[in-house]
Amino acid sequence: MLNSDAFDLRKYVQRNSQSVAVWIALLALIVFGILRYDNFGGSYNFGSFLNYNSMFIVIALGMCFVIITGGIDLSVGSVAAFSSVIAAYLSPYGLEVALPLALLVGMTFGAFNAFCIIALRIPPFIATLATMLGAKGAALVISGASTVAVDWGSNFTNMGMNKAFDLFPWSIIIVTIVGIALWIVLEMTSLGRTILAIGGGEDASKLMGLKVNRAKAFVYIISGGCAGLAGVILASGFGAGQPLEGVAWELSAIAAVVVGGTLLTGGLGSIPATVAGALLLGLVFNILNFENGRGTISFSAYWQMVIRGAFLFAVILFQTRMTKGRKSKGASA
Amino acid sequence: MSTTITETRRKSVRQLVHGHGGIVALLAILLFNMAFTPNFLQLQTLFVNISQVATIAIVAMGMTLVIATGGIDLSVGAIMALAGALAPLIFLSEFGAANPALGVTLAIALPMLVAIACGLFNGIMVAKLNVQPIIATLILFISGRGIAQVLTNGNLQTFTNPHFSYLGTGKVLGLPFQGWLAIGIAIFLYFIISRTTFGRYVLAIGGNERAAQLSGGPVALVKIGVYMICGALAGLAGLIVVAINSASDAARNGSLMELDAIAAAVVGGALLQGGRAPIFGAILGAVIIQLVKYTLLANGVQDEVALIAKAGIILVAVYVQQARKE
Repeated sequence: MLNSDAFDLRKYVQRNSQSVAVWIALLALIVFGILRYDNFGGSYNFGSFLNYNSMFIVIALGMCFVIITGGIDLSVGSVAAFSSVIAAYLSPYGLEVALPLALLVGMTFGAFNAFCIIALRIPPFIATLATMLGAKGAALVISGASTVAVDWGSNFTNMGMNKAFDLFPWSIIIVTIVGIALWIVLEMTSLGRTILAIGGGEDASKLMGLKVNRAKAFVYIISGGCAGLAGVILASGFGAGQPLEGVAWELSAIAAVVVGGTLLTGGLGSIPATVAGALLLGLVFNILNFENGRGTISFSAYWQMVIRGAFLFAVILFQTRMTKGRKSKGASA
Repeated sequence: MSTTITETRRKSVRQLVHGHGGIVALLAILLFNMAFTPNFLQLQTLFVNISQVATIAIVAMGMTLVIATGGIDLSVGAIMALAGALAPLIFLSEFGAANPALGVTLAIALPMLVAIACGLFNGIMVAKLNVQPIIATLILFISGRGIAQVLTNGNLQTFTNPHFSYLGTGKVLGLPFQGWLAIGIAIFLYFIISRTTFGRYVLAIGGNERAAQLSGGPVALVKIGVYMICGALAGLAGLIVVAINSASDAARNGSLMELDAIAAAVVGGALLQGGRAPIFGAILGAVIIQLVKYTLLANGVQDEVALIAKAGIILVAVYVQQARKE
């Protein structure tokens, strides 16, 4: 893709119009927020915003991989809830034990999804729906349907509550590292190219001799692992494993991926744009909260869901316009 | 000689199980219950199960039509909540209290119209804007329940209105009214699918959408129609649930119903790729889903474990389908 041609901004904007639009919207909202609200740019809001949204960013990253292959993973919210409970139970042994094991639990769910989809040929939508129910049930069973307090004596809560340089929560730093690693995998490795090729056409990729099944297994396991990480952040940030959390997280993740310009039909997708999409979604609610605080509007919590749906609707309308334009351009060329 | 006979016999048994897996599963659950569940063979059990099955079956039939076109509708639970929230708002309003007859009529008609409008929205997104069904119906899945909660301020609306409650508690010939309603809808939809051009197009779209389009079929209109029917049936189910409880809880009405409906449709023999619309299969699927739920609860299994069981049923049903196709 990248060749010796000089970087042409106009071409880049044309080709990535949606992700550019997302970045501009993100910047505009931040500027708007800083100008309008006193504490918006303060370190407290900054930290809590990043900490809270790191969960959604990391889930959206895994979801992005899955969606690029043309699949979907509806189980992420339940898997995050399950692994938050596991992490809480393991918290007395410290972060170095709880984090890897909770990640492993998430990846195991991902592997189960992959097994159902690849070996049993169950459509991703159904397979991950079943895992969503199963993981939710399992989380409620092992926790006795109530929150599980973490051990405050160990270093477990550092991840969700402490900040590096008094500014960046450790959760967002770990998520950033994961994001960069996944970005490298997608853009620079043969595995990443296979993942993109699967979304373009699975049968063709198979005929070309690409290791399709291995790549598909990878994306679902990664998505499960990302959900597991979100669960650890949840448990350490709120001081408890939360079996009842995670409801509709898959929707937030899908929305973030779609906002980031990844086509739901697969074959295209960008990690940075997905992060921007997740940040934009989070920021919309952050600003609504501030607006609520000023008393200019009074939104009950129920409005959140309505707005989220309306936002998704707007993005889908935008995307159908864009893809139509792209298609017709491609046809004329 | 004798081996071939036993082999053919074994083969025919296998065919029987294959073709009628749902019925075999149903018989197995019934036998299990007769043996182990206390008080299973009582009229009360029958009534409870019929009134629960009817709502699942009504939604599952709409879902079956949508799945027959190769689509899916995740918004049914949210539409139930929306319709269910609107009805008490209407007959409890001043106007509804002043004109009881008109109030109840409107309390059924207006929510149904809203539900149909939701279906229209889904249909336009899918058929005109070519948005994937999962994503298109996700919009109302997210915001539909939110709208219902905004309308009711998140409050539980309780009421006593015997006319409206007839939808959920009335009895005809000794059996719950909504059971008859479900059967009536099934017969009507069966007729539509097997005897009308609309029905033939539904199956044709699921079989091969492109071919249906190229042969000049009104693909977009038929798809929109299917989502509207699904929305209407979801709205009706929402009203029935509210009538059963004499209360409307926007947070819980129809929650997770999309899963039950999809599971019932699939267990009943609907192919997720489309092309088949087993309407009576959807009822059978709903009965199985409800009986499994009832069996687990009646035998003291936790609600949470029942969730895992439901996940297992969905996986097995789809896997068996998939295996049969290959």
